Amino acid sequence: MSKILININGKDYSAEPGKMVLDIAKEVGIYIPTLCHYEGIKPQGSCRICTCKIDGRNMTVCTTPATHRMVIETNTEELEKIRATIVELLFAEGNHFCPACERSGNCELQALAYRYKMMVPQFPYIFPAKDIDAKNPKIMIDHNRCILCKRCIRRKQEPENPSWFVFKDRGNKVQINLDHELTADFDDELAQKAMDTCPVGAIIRKEKGFDVPIGSRKYDKNPIGSDIENQGVTL
Amino acid sequence: MSKKITIEPVTRVEGHGKVTIHLDDNNQVAQSRLHIVEFRGFERFVQGRPYWEAPVLVQRLCGICPVSHHLAAAKALDVIVGAGTGDGLTPTGEKMRRLMHYGQMFQSHVLHFFHLASPDLLFGIDGDPALRNVIGIAIKHKELAVQAVMMRKFGQEIIKATAGKKVHGTGAIPGGINKHLTQAEKDHFLNGDDPMNIDKMIDWSLGALEFFKGYHAQNKDLIDNFASFPSSHVSLVRKDGAMDLYHGVLRGVDANGKKILDDVDYQNYLEYIDEEVKSWSYMKFPYLRSIGKKDGWYRVGPLARMNTCDFIPSPLAQKEFEIFKAYTNGKPNGMSMHQHWARLIEILHSAEMMKELLNDPDLMNGELTVKGTKGREGVGLLEAPRGTLFHHYRINDDDQIEMANLIVSTTNNNTPMNTAVNLAAKQFMNGQTEITEGMMNAVEVAIRAYDPCLSCATHALGKMPLEAMILDANGKELDRKLKNG
Repeated sequence: MSKILININGKDYSAEPGKMVLDIAKEVGIYIPTLCHYEGIKPQGSCRICTCKIDGRNMTVCTTPATHRMVIETNTEELEKIRATIVELLFAEGNHFCPACERSGNCELQALAYRYKMMVPQFPYIFPAKDIDAKNPKIMIDHNRCILCKRCIRRKQEPENPSWFVFKDRGNKVQINLDHELTADFDDELAQKAMDTCPVGAIIRKEKGFDVPIGSRKYDKNPIGSDIENQGVTL
Repeated sequence: MSKKITIEPVTRVEGHGKVTIHLDDNNQVAQSRLHIVEFRGFERFVQGRPYWEAPVLVQRLCGICPVSHHLAAAKALDVIVGAGTGDGLTPTGEKMRRLMHYGQMFQSHVLHFFHLASPDLLFGIDGDPALRNVIGIAIKHKELAVQAVMMRKFGQEIIKATAGKKVHGTGAIPGGINKHLTQAEKDHFLNGDDPMNIDKMIDWSLGALEFFKGYHAQNKDLIDNFASFPSSHVSLVRKDGAMDLYHGVLRGVDANGKKILDDVDYQNYLEYIDEEVKSWSYMKFPYLRSIGKKDGWYRVGPLARMNTCDFIPSPLAQKEFEIFKAYTNGKPNGMSMHQHWARLIEILHSAEMMKELLNDPDLMNGELTVKGTKGREGVGLLEAPRGTLFHHYRINDDDQIEMANLIVSTTNNNTPMNTAVNLAAKQFMNGQTEITEGMMNAVEVAIRAYDPCLSCATHALGKMPLEAMILDANGKELDRKLKNG
């Protein structure tokens, strides 16, 4: 199939048609933040943090396939402000206490807060009353930290993964729920996989915390996006 | 007409407290109390949290000695994960934790002596308040101020190398530690550029002791008699009676040196120690069950440790210990201001222990953690800078904390601090019609000797206003003095 031409931030790139704009940007070294997106899972564009200006319209690039002559702006002041606001909203509506969280240093939400230099959200904290589901012998769900990205639920679409997680309730009461029967015989590998799917510290492995020292955690030395921004690849 | 004097907040201490002093019709101190006015609630809100979070969560009690809470919690969880009661860790696990702890002890004691307490000694209890603070020390005693900053920095860097961060790290995990010491870190601490190396720290620790001893020789009345009183003393000691700040058995001595607790396994601390609640303070009042509520109170901290241990297992500190003990002919020392002397000996001991550990190859290699048969309950004790620190946790079948009991060092010293406040108030205020700033500071000096961590929280130094009110028996304000920080 012949390649198409797209323009990202004023520069022309040739790309394969049908590929998501997010993936093309990544290939050419342009980082666009994501939260609900997870490599290998069908994108849904629900968190809106990857919103870019495409031909003048705000669109989520994880769900938008590239087309010929598409013009994309990824990092305007307006877009960066929207992203920072989304991060602030997520902090304000959950109970995210980074200091005692196992995912601190490995957390995508925290890493984005650092990227957008968030000191304190501009919105008042809601401090919702949330509980912990600790019944499973291998993993624990801390609803205080869940951002409802649905990554854990959407993984069920992969054939080898049964439906471990589902949404429960509606509206502002919605929360992820663990199928205790299906996960009763979780081994360490599956537990780790479930934890890795979560962008924050909502799904954590039991009895295994803080064993990676500060300084060696994922985002300690390489801020989120720096791996993409530093690769310097051009197509 | 009786009067009530309120000192609020108490300054140059960690956290927030106030003192009330009631004077009778003849201006004699009738009653005095140190109130701890903060409520933190950690014991309640850790309930439900996964147990392995406790060492990183509970350390947030404090910004000065978080390592103590971090390690005490980890020690309690060692018991829960089946890693033994303090002596079951791998050599790397235990030694890295010890290094962290000595770094903590070093920096915290330095902070207290130089930044918080020394202004009272160098400028006098009733000295000019504009100078009687750490800035005054920097202006008038620059060398001392530089030493203080650099010594604290050294201790903080030891903590960073072992816990990952200078404040609120994550090094200790249930069953051990999460990192080794690197060669670069070891070289930095042992052979770093002057003054940032361990030999310089030992030299400076000796220098600080000489400074104190010189001051003592010239100010015997203040150092020996101010807020001095006999009491029992409690601390951990090593099985053989040596000072051990990280692990040991509980030992208590009474004012005459008679052992009232000996060789007690701290897992059973509840059989020996209870806490009383009083209506006027958020801080509880611990006491020894065997003696009872009224007389069972005891002191903890540097002075208590000097009184309970038989020797100090590092040569230079041992020499100083012998001089210290000889001053009271081997009898327990009840002089509040000697807390500073004892604290300086512990600074030296910590520096010596850090040097020994930094030369130990176990820190750079070896297994980090160990686990065994899981239990439901564990107690972790250690000697924090301010005294014996108790952490006790029980978990449920789902690995959530269902009970936490913390007895922090300052809580153990509650009655002693109240006693010291009462003595200082009587000494400086009895019969006085006008309350001066110097008199109020005298009361604070008595509290400061115990280096209390009233909330185990930080606040801005030198920014705290101090207000004292004189009220008549009906609560009508007669006089008010305000000092801005």
